[in-house]
Amino acid sequence: MKKYTYTEKKDTRSGFGAGLLEAGKKNDQVVALCADLIGSLKMDAFIKEFPERFFQIGIAEANMMGIAAGLTIGGKIPFTGTFANFSTGRVYDQIRQSIAYSDKNVKICASHAGLTLGEDGATHQILEDIGMMKMLPGMVVINPCDYNQTKAATMAIADYHGPVYLRFGRPTVPVFTDPDQKFEIGKAWMVNEGTDVSIFATGHMVWKAIEAGELLAEAGINVEIINIHTIKPLDEEAVLKSVAKTGCVVTAEEHNRIGGLGDSIAQLLARNNPVPQEYVAVNDSFGESGTPDQLMKKYGLDTEDIIKAVNRVIKRK
Amino acid sequence: MTPDIEKLTKTASQVRRDIVRMVHACQSGHPGGSLGCADYLVALYFHTLKHNTKFNMDGHGEDLFFLSNGHISPVFYSVLARSGYFEASELATFRKINTRLQGHPTTHENLPGIRIASGSLGQGMSVAIGAAVAKKLNKDNRLVFSLHGDGELQEGQVWEAAMYASHNKVDNLISTIDVNGQQIDGPTDKILSLGNLRTKWEAFGWEVLDMSGNDMADVVRVLDLAISKTFKGKPIMILMQTMMGNGVDFMMHTHKWHGTAPNDEQLASALGQLEETLGDY
Repeated sequence: MKKYTYTEKKDTRSGFGAGLLEAGKKNDQVVALCADLIGSLKMDAFIKEFPERFFQIGIAEANMMGIAAGLTIGGKIPFTGTFANFSTGRVYDQIRQSIAYSDKNVKICASHAGLTLGEDGATHQILEDIGMMKMLPGMVVINPCDYNQTKAATMAIADYHGPVYLRFGRPTVPVFTDPDQKFEIGKAWMVNEGTDVSIFATGHMVWKAIEAGELLAEAGINVEIINIHTIKPLDEEAVLKSVAKTGCVVTAEEHNRIGGLGDSIAQLLARNNPVPQEYVAVNDSFGESGTPDQLMKKYGLDTEDIIKAVNRVIKRK
Repeated sequence: MTPDIEKLTKTASQVRRDIVRMVHACQSGHPGGSLGCADYLVALYFHTLKHNTKFNMDGHGEDLFFLSNGHISPVFYSVLARSGYFEASELATFRKINTRLQGHPTTHENLPGIRIASGSLGQGMSVAIGAAVAKKLNKDNRLVFSLHGDGELQEGQVWEAAMYASHNKVDNLISTIDVNGQQIDGPTDKILSLGNLRTKWEAFGWEVLDMSGNDMADVVRVLDLAISKTFKGKPIMILMQTMMGNGVDFMMHTHKWHGTAPNDEQLASALGQLEETLGDY
């Protein structure tokens, strides 16, 4: 198992804030919108540097999505910022008609995704957003794994023309990817090559997959770990190549079991190479209040859950 | 009637013919609101807008128009065709398979003149605001226009947009509401009353103008007046009184022609009331 270490923990939303500032410096068409959550989205640095390119919308997310769509018609590259719940479910029809169907170059940037939002509870812990967004034709869906990858992804989507959903989170998590990485949309990242099982993980679950991989290696199980930071378009070639080698799959995501990364992988495999698959995901339920660690444990998204899933799936081979 | 008004009125007559013929040909679509807004859209595209029919999505240096109540697509398509965005013959494909003239307007088929999809109501004012703000950022002093149904005001997003536009002094935006008092299930006063629209929009910080929307001279006068009110710190709202179905006697004074197509006899009756002025497609 390849060794990964970290010296600090940072929140992925801060990676977004840093990436937004860099994207703004690089391209003066980049503009930002926020629905009364500047601090939570870490947009302060961009606003300080480019006050005339920032739009405070107020608590009106539907209007924010429409204004963002309109801004593209003047050649702007709008980044909208609010919580993942208010970036998706609350404004699904606005995104569908004014952005996705209208093919507008809007970057929908969504913080506090998943259970790790923590104490605010289920009203704010969206676990259905990946599913909703990936079903929209033409929508790119990205869920990076740490601060550095989120920063790189934020900069990369500014250079890509078309609607994007960028999902990140609230808690501090290990920073273990290269700070100078080049982020390629739709290109999976091989975290560890192995032969016994393919673990496809996204977002915060990538580090947990690494922790699981290290423990499994001690037990003699050689895991392949692939970071699927781009859920759509899915890197089908990377997935199929890995599965051809390992013959079984575990998917890991901070999302509902229904409609997320696991289902994207399952659909691909059903059409090409059906193999046993286990899901590490929330089992079709809402979340609740608690600390991020407590919630990840209670809802079956811990390192231990990945280990159990690997052991189950290998027996099914 | 001045020559300009007479010419615009004749154009509107042809547009009304196009509307009823399009809706009849596919036996679906929304003739009522389309007929009511024919004078406004003709005045806008043939008198008011500084625009380029060699379509460019960004529209730098042009006035832009956004149709929020996308179901009145027949009048929009007719006016776009008649003003030169595409051949009028293409109107015959309205709502038919493989057409660029979808039931509701879309950018998806690359139809020149369309900058946003609309149909799901309440979204167009936000988009128009975004485009207006982009013009300000680009130091482009042309204007943005938008049209909305009165029933559409029942959608909450409109009021989010209304608040934003005045707070942020989006004063290069001229929005118009088609006040025909009708929606699918009946009169707006019966379904969900809109109350006093002038008081509402003034309370939201807009400059409010009244227009008699089926009197071409008044449509032109109020559009000119609205332009004179731009760049003075307030967004502008035109409350346009229209008659749903205007120009076809049996389609007026009822909400029943909101989304109903005429049969052969009804088409003949309608066309008998509308002068063919530019040649049918």
